[in-house]
Amino acid sequence: MFSLDRWQEIFQTIAKNKLRTFLSGFTVALGIFIFIILFGFGNGLKNTFKEEFLDDATNTLRLFAGKTSKPYKGFKSNRRIEFKNSDIEDIKLNFPFYLQYITPRINRYVTSSYKNESNRYQSQGVSPSHQYFEKTIMMSGRFLNENDINNKTKNAVIGRLVARDLFNQDEPLGKYISMDGVAFKVIGVFQDEGGDNEERVVFLPYTTRQLLEKSNDKIDQILVSFKPELGSKVALIFEKKLRLFLKNKKSIDPTDSKGIFIRNVAQAASQNEQFSTGLQYIVTFVGLGTLIAGIIGISNIMVFVVKERTKELGVRKALGASPRSVIAMILQESIFITTLSGSIGMIIAILILQNLGDTLDKFFIRNPYVDISTAIFSTVILIIFGGIAGYIPAKRAASIKPIVALRDE
Amino acid sequence: MINIENLHKSYKMGNNTLHVLKGIDFKVEEGELVAIMGSSGSGKSTLLNIVGMLDLLDEGQYTLDDVIIKDLDETKAARYRNKFLGFIFQSFNLINYKNALENVSLPLYYQGIKRKERQQVALSYLERVGLKDWATHLPSELSGGQKQRVAIARAMAARPKVLLADEPTGALDTTTSYEVMDLIQKINEEGKTILVVTHEEDIAKMCKRIVRLKDGVIVEDKKVNQVLASNYV
Repeated sequence: MFSLDRWQEIFQTIAKNKLRTFLSGFTVALGIFIFIILFGFGNGLKNTFKEEFLDDATNTLRLFAGKTSKPYKGFKSNRRIEFKNSDIEDIKLNFPFYLQYITPRINRYVTSSYKNESNRYQSQGVSPSHQYFEKTIMMSGRFLNENDINNKTKNAVIGRLVARDLFNQDEPLGKYISMDGVAFKVIGVFQDEGGDNEERVVFLPYTTRQLLEKSNDKIDQILVSFKPELGSKVALIFEKKLRLFLKNKKSIDPTDSKGIFIRNVAQAASQNEQFSTGLQYIVTFVGLGTLIAGIIGISNIMVFVVKERTKELGVRKALGASPRSVIAMILQESIFITTLSGSIGMIIAILILQNLGDTLDKFFIRNPYVDISTAIFSTVILIIFGGIAGYIPAKRAASIKPIVALRDE
Repeated sequence: MINIENLHKSYKMGNNTLHVLKGIDFKVEEGELVAIMGSSGSGKSTLLNIVGMLDLLDEGQYTLDDVIIKDLDETKAARYRNKFLGFIFQSFNLINYKNALENVSLPLYYQGIKRKERQQVALSYLERVGLKDWATHLPSELSGGQKQRVAIARAMAARPKVLLADEPTGALDTTTSYEVMDLIQKINEEGKTILVVTHEEDIAKMCKRIVRLKDGVIVEDKKVNQVLASNYV
């Protein structure tokens, strides 16, 4: 196997048959290249899904209010329902068994500026427990506390990207930013793994937001988390009871599907997880398909190569080449070419994947990667099948009588 | 050197059996130059193929250099071919991506001879066929006669007991044919046993003995006065 003579013979064959070598090598390299790129993209898609949906707490119910669609207790239909501060208190009072955290949320777009820098951001009026829902991570300073809520302070917690936009290199803590003309003191900077949009947010006490809007007590949205140990089944009961309670309180027909909306994040998350798993199946399927296409490609080329060399092999046999040496020669050559070009295809694909990073974020492909073991495994598979694909025609060629191979066409 | 007794060979063609060789007794001594003649279908190529171990016999006995040739599998046949026989084909059958020297060294490669020695031996045989200066040329750069001379050098390089030539001049014009026959005669003069299959009378007359086959039997086997090809070159 490792005789120098054999290798010299093979290198000569390769060097003198460049087109043939290139064709078979290219097929293999392309097969493995496409497989790894696809596999990497699939992993990138999965990454995106994980990051988009798994950065928020999943034991969360999001409560929205809308318009009713049925008349009830003397109220006409199409009545706008709004949450009030008292709703929060009532939920706390009535559902201690289920409740873990609760926070209101009031979303407003505000123009924020510091010195000459200015930009529009989403501001969210929230309570301290909101930190739990978004898994907000403090980089410096602190999050809002009860004192901020009770005293309606003009304190703000800004996202990492807000700090970067407005303060550039300056230290934002303790500085004052203007939000729609009202000065807020920056008391903290946070980061969030949910991506850029979630880091372009400013948090302020919801009571302050209400104060700025003529001291009303309206709330856009209520986030409620249930105790995680209850599990998703009990959470559904909680959701039902909560809905009924609020409908009763707001005088909404219990059969009205509008008015109060509750979104169960846990359910959505499990759906996303299913989707992500489905995605993985598709990616694996496509990858296997590519690999099989690659194998078929090599097989075709090997059949062609052996066919083309039938006469040469006949001559070699007439000159004393044993069938074994003929098979060994073809196999060694094909395995050499597949190994070399397969590795090249693999390395190029891995390098490309590594350098892509976040550039395909737009297409929901984030940090595409292939773990080395998968890459090497698939390359080895391709080499083995390339070998088998070469072996069958080689064996047939080796068993053809030289007299047949040498017959003039 | 070659001893064939009661050789039978038939081919199955669907339901019919084609009896090609019907009991051939054939002896060749060392140093003979034998022409095997016959029209197509006479069995002359089949005889050569069996002698060349490219085909198997059905019945009879074949002895080559005191070795009984039987129970041939491909591996054994390959070893015997390499050791005993040199082939010269009508269409030369040089490997087109190997130059003259590499073509000639190929049988030595299969004998397991080292590269350096291989090249020396091959070069010396190329010199004997007058093509030393063409050693690095590819077959495509050689004329038909030159190609056949390279093929002869290749057949001889393995130092076989017997040279088998299947229509060696079939693809060549008359002058070139005589040149090639001149070379074959010279090799024979040095003591090599050579069998030439041909259907050309003038080529056959340049051998020392003519064996005529017809319908699978030998109809004539006579010594002839050799015509020297060098007279025509």
